[in-house]
Amino acid sequence: MPAWFELVVDSFWPLLYAGLVFTIPLTIMSFTLGLALAFLVALIRLFGPKPLVAVVRFYVWLIRGTPLLVQLFVIFYGLPSVGIVLDPLPAALIGFTLNVGAYNSEVIRGAIESISKGQWEAAYSLSMTRWQAVRRTILPQATRVAVPPLANSVISLVKDTSLAAVLTVPEIFQAAQRIAAVTYEPLILYLEAAFIYLIISTVLSWAQQRMEKRFGKHAVFGEGSR
Amino acid sequence: MIRLDKIDKHFGALHVLNQVDVTLEEGSVTALIGPSGSGKSTLLRCVNLLEVPDSGTLQLGDEIISFTGKKLSRDAVQRIRLQTGMVFQNFQLFPHQTVIANVMEGLLTVQKWSRERAHARAEELLRKVGMLEKADAWPAMLSGGQQQRVAIARALAPSPRVLLCDEPTSALDPGLAAEVVEVLQQLAREGMTMLMATHDLRLAASVASNVVFLSGGEVVEAGPSAQIFQRPVHAKTQSFVSTLSQASGVPAA
Repeated sequence: MPAWFELVVDSFWPLLYAGLVFTIPLTIMSFTLGLALAFLVALIRLFGPKPLVAVVRFYVWLIRGTPLLVQLFVIFYGLPSVGIVLDPLPAALIGFTLNVGAYNSEVIRGAIESISKGQWEAAYSLSMTRWQAVRRTILPQATRVAVPPLANSVISLVKDTSLAAVLTVPEIFQAAQRIAAVTYEPLILYLEAAFIYLIISTVLSWAQQRMEKRFGKHAVFGEGSR
Repeated sequence: MIRLDKIDKHFGALHVLNQVDVTLEEGSVTALIGPSGSGKSTLLRCVNLLEVPDSGTLQLGDEIISFTGKKLSRDAVQRIRLQTGMVFQNFQLFPHQTVIANVMEGLLTVQKWSRERAHARAEELLRKVGMLEKADAWPAMLSGGQQQRVAIARALAPSPRVLLCDEPTSALDPGLAAEVVEVLQQLAREGMTMLMATHDLRLAASVASNVVFLSGGEVVEAGPSAQIFQRPVHAKTQSFVSTLSQASGVPAA
């Protein structure tokens, strides 16, 4: 067995372990929390009172306008200066959640706005309240519209979690760095790390297709919601 | 009795409805006719408050609302809407729900009926509009005429006091329009109170007992349909009725 192959085999489990214990849970948690935040922000932007709309617009503007890496540094290395000390994992979770929330609030807002006014009126004509219309009529259709961009977002997020390495979170990329530092084989280790990200992303793409089918079952010949 | 009294509505600077009075007796069918932009659709939408008039009064059964330009309470809006059903020009079925789920939707979500009861009611209505065999189809698989018949069943499900139809046949070619007209005729015979905005002469002449001719946001002439179509008094009505009958290829009488 060539030495490089032995290295790949030996390091595969530590990298996969880092993925299973840190990368994937961090992705799932920050995406779930971020999506809830995004939904709330989207609803405020669409239906909220003006002062609150200004607050959430500011939030989206701030997060989208600054680099994720800088945000993570501010949260983890900067906040201790004002007495807020966070462990690496919670700091990363906060940073990623804020990001997912900001970007996807625009996705969700766009998806809701893509549903025609006539659908709202049909719901109202049945005496639904606004919330009933959102829940029963608008969201199920908007979800189908939002799945591809949301899948984009979650796939980006998996890869962005590698930035947590700089906050000393021992996820896949950090594990690869550590092993590379003692074996002096950066090429092999980083390619191997890349490969694991690729596997996770591939699974997510497949899940996206399933979701699109599920939410699009009413459409004929790929025709979406009207 | 359904009564609209001195209804006024502006869209910005545009005066869409000007002191409009319309009264519908229970069991009557009234067609609102008039050129595009005459305000007939807006007037119709004022009855279920999809548009809120600037001023005037709306009476629907025991409910009376006077419009003052202030925001209406949600309760007041609900009390009116619960007495109305609406059919739209473009059907507006819920595309993510099957035919029967569309008809059940209001009963389940708004009226809080049990699933079994709502299902039975929906089946009964789909049978009435001849769509029972398509109960499990998706709206996208249906023709326009079929979609509109399902939309009528959906609107009727909560047993409204009045059915509002906004150009119910205008998006359909003549053959498909005929099947929708037939359903509406049947409802009229059964004594359903209806108000419809239309420029389909066949629909107006064959279903409506009364006609209100609107032009420029004002009622020009109103009366029994035979009178409006055969002996219109006002010059504007005469010329509009003659263009309608030419466009439809049928004599108004």
